[in-house]
Amino acid sequence: MDVGDVGDGWIEPLSERDEVLTRWVERVAGDLRARLSVPELQRELGEIYTALTVALTAGGTDLRAEQFGELRALLADLSSGRARQGFTPRETAGTVFALKEAATAVMEKRNVGYRDYVRFSEFIDELGLFTFETYVRTRDQVIVEQSNQLLELSTPVIKLWEGVLAVPLVGTLDSARTQMVMESLLEALVSTGSRHAIIDITGVGAVDTQVAQHLLKTVMAAQLMGADCIISGIRPQIAQTVVSLGIEFGEIVTKATLAEALALALRRDGFRFVRRAAGAEIR
Amino acid sequence: MTGMDSQRHPIVTESDVVRVRQVVRTLAVAAKLSLVDQTKMVTAASELARNTLVYGGGGEMMIDLVDSGRRRGVRAVFIDTGPGIPDLDLALTEGWTSGSGLGLGLTGSRRLVDEFAIDSSPGVGTTVRVVKWSR
Amino acid sequence: MDRIPILKMGNLLLVSIQVDLHDQLALDLQDDLSERIVATGARGVLIDISALEIVDSFIGRMLSTIASLSRLLDAETVVVGMRPAVAITLVELGLYMPGVRTALTLEHGLALLGAEVRVSRSDEDEIDDAQGDREPDGLAGYAPVRAGPGGGEPATTGAASRGDGGRTGDR
Ligand SMILES: Nc1ncnc2c1ncn2[C@@H]1O[C@H](COP(=O)(O)OP(=O)(O)O)[C@@H](O)[C@H]1O
Ligand SMILES: [Mg+2]
Repeated sequence: MDVGDVGDGWIEPLSERDEVLTRWVERVAGDLRARLSVPELQRELGEIYTALTVALTAGGTDLRAEQFGELRALLADLSSGRARQGFTPRETAGTVFALKEAATAVMEKRNVGYRDYVRFSEFIDELGLFTFETYVRTRDQVIVEQSNQLLELSTPVIKLWEGVLAVPLVGTLDSARTQMVMESLLEALVSTGSRHAIIDITGVGAVDTQVAQHLLKTVMAAQLMGADCIISGIRPQIAQTVVSLGIEFGEIVTKATLAEALALALRRDGFRFVRRAAGAEIR
Repeated sequence: MTGMDSQRHPIVTESDVVRVRQVVRTLAVAAKLSLVDQTKMVTAASELARNTLVYGGGGEMMIDLVDSGRRRGVRAVFIDTGPGIPDLDLALTEGWTSGSGLGLGLTGSRRLVDEFAIDSSPGVGTTVRVVKWSR
Repeated sequence: MDRIPILKMGNLLLVSIQVDLHDQLALDLQDDLSERIVATGARGVLIDISALEIVDSFIGRMLSTIASLSRLLDAETVVVGMRPAVAITLVELGLYMPGVRTALTLEHGLALLGAEVRVSRSDEDEIDDAQGDREPDGLAGYAPVRAGPGGGEPATTGAASRGDGGRTGDR
């Protein structure tokens, strides 16, 4: 048996790859109750094991060191993959911690000392923590992505008439959502070649300064692009907020209802509305 | 916040200003900024690069990707060793120009980015640092 | 490329900006356009910026200057195709391009000009007075189709009322 530095005695036994890896795969497969197949795990954990032993042989146990780059990348893939597949943080970090038990038998067989074993254990803990961190970061990302998708879903741009688009806003408007509305509305104006946009806020509870500013900027951006933008359904409460905040809606055209806004847009396009005489045939 | 592989780009001619815009666009895409945020960052960079060229007598841009752990971003620093700005408050007044511009470059680009810092001493030069983060 | 091409279409000039403009190129375009307006007697100028990924204060000022210059030379300018991201950025920058008329697409831009420029059908620079009272049928589809008397007007009010009025933003 090699005599290395005190504390490094746990590294050499890991060269018994087949034995350790087989146990590791078995344990993880058991923990995850067949949600990942054994061949899948063999490939995934096999790569990690290789990167681990290669880096350890190069010397040092500092995870941040250059030679651990490949291992870090593989662990990051593992945990972000698990996070997206819906595995729990415990299951994900557990995959790494299982390596400890998987290696215990070879450590005993090789008479690895207590001090060395503790060092090994600490090292695996660090790998586990790293995995956990990546897991959390990915979950954060997933949450952001999902809420963005929700935002998109909750702000439909609809076509009221040839050349007239509308976004009926409902609920609470925050800055992020208003900005999202602004962008999808302007994109829709271009993609449909519509010259009129109506932002209907009848269903909006309250607006703060920032949201009011965003609405204003949407209108100005639409005008810069050569479109007309009308805001409809400003309720008395919101009107009061807007006025008391000293926000100028001066140049912005507002209408009490969506219907009136549509009528205005159509008049601007040269349409006239005429009621048929009583008794006239309706087709 | 950590930076990775900073790049330097000279700003000596008008074509350099165009190149700066392209470089900033590439990094803004790499940092996964939304299209609108990319456009804001490129526009701010265009304003600042022109200032470096026109008022600073030329200089350079250093640019890199930054990572706050949670978000990625682009950081651009515009550096010149020109005459400097004697009155920063005045220069940061919307619509004020000492030349024939619209006086929107500094105030406007400050609104377009998430972080804006300017450092200028007469006779020494001007450095403007801007960061735009992904959402 | 060292010059932006200017195309003549009837009594309109059409400029399609396809490159990332450096400042001198923008200044040259300003000069070239005024010369061409005078030389051709054009009554309208369409500037297509749909390929522009950004408009900063320099390019914005160029567009304003072109609009004022051409107005002095009795031609109306319409800027078409501004991308949404560009428009949002311009608002944030604080550049509202007072006096510049804009349209979503080339078609809308033509309609806007057609409504008041009375586009001639031929390539002659002289506008045929005999057509004076008729709709510009030579460009049917460009002219506001539903327009009755004064019907062309709504197409212009939106943009004109903007004028310098865009500057209501208060921050
Ligand atoms: N790098 C610089 N060096 C010296 N002066 C500068 C620099 N950048 C800006 N300035 C000064 O600040 C003023 C405002 O700049 P800016 O807001 O970009 O407007 P503009 O470019 O239209 O003048 C400039 O007119 C100039 O006097
Ligand atoms: Mg400037």
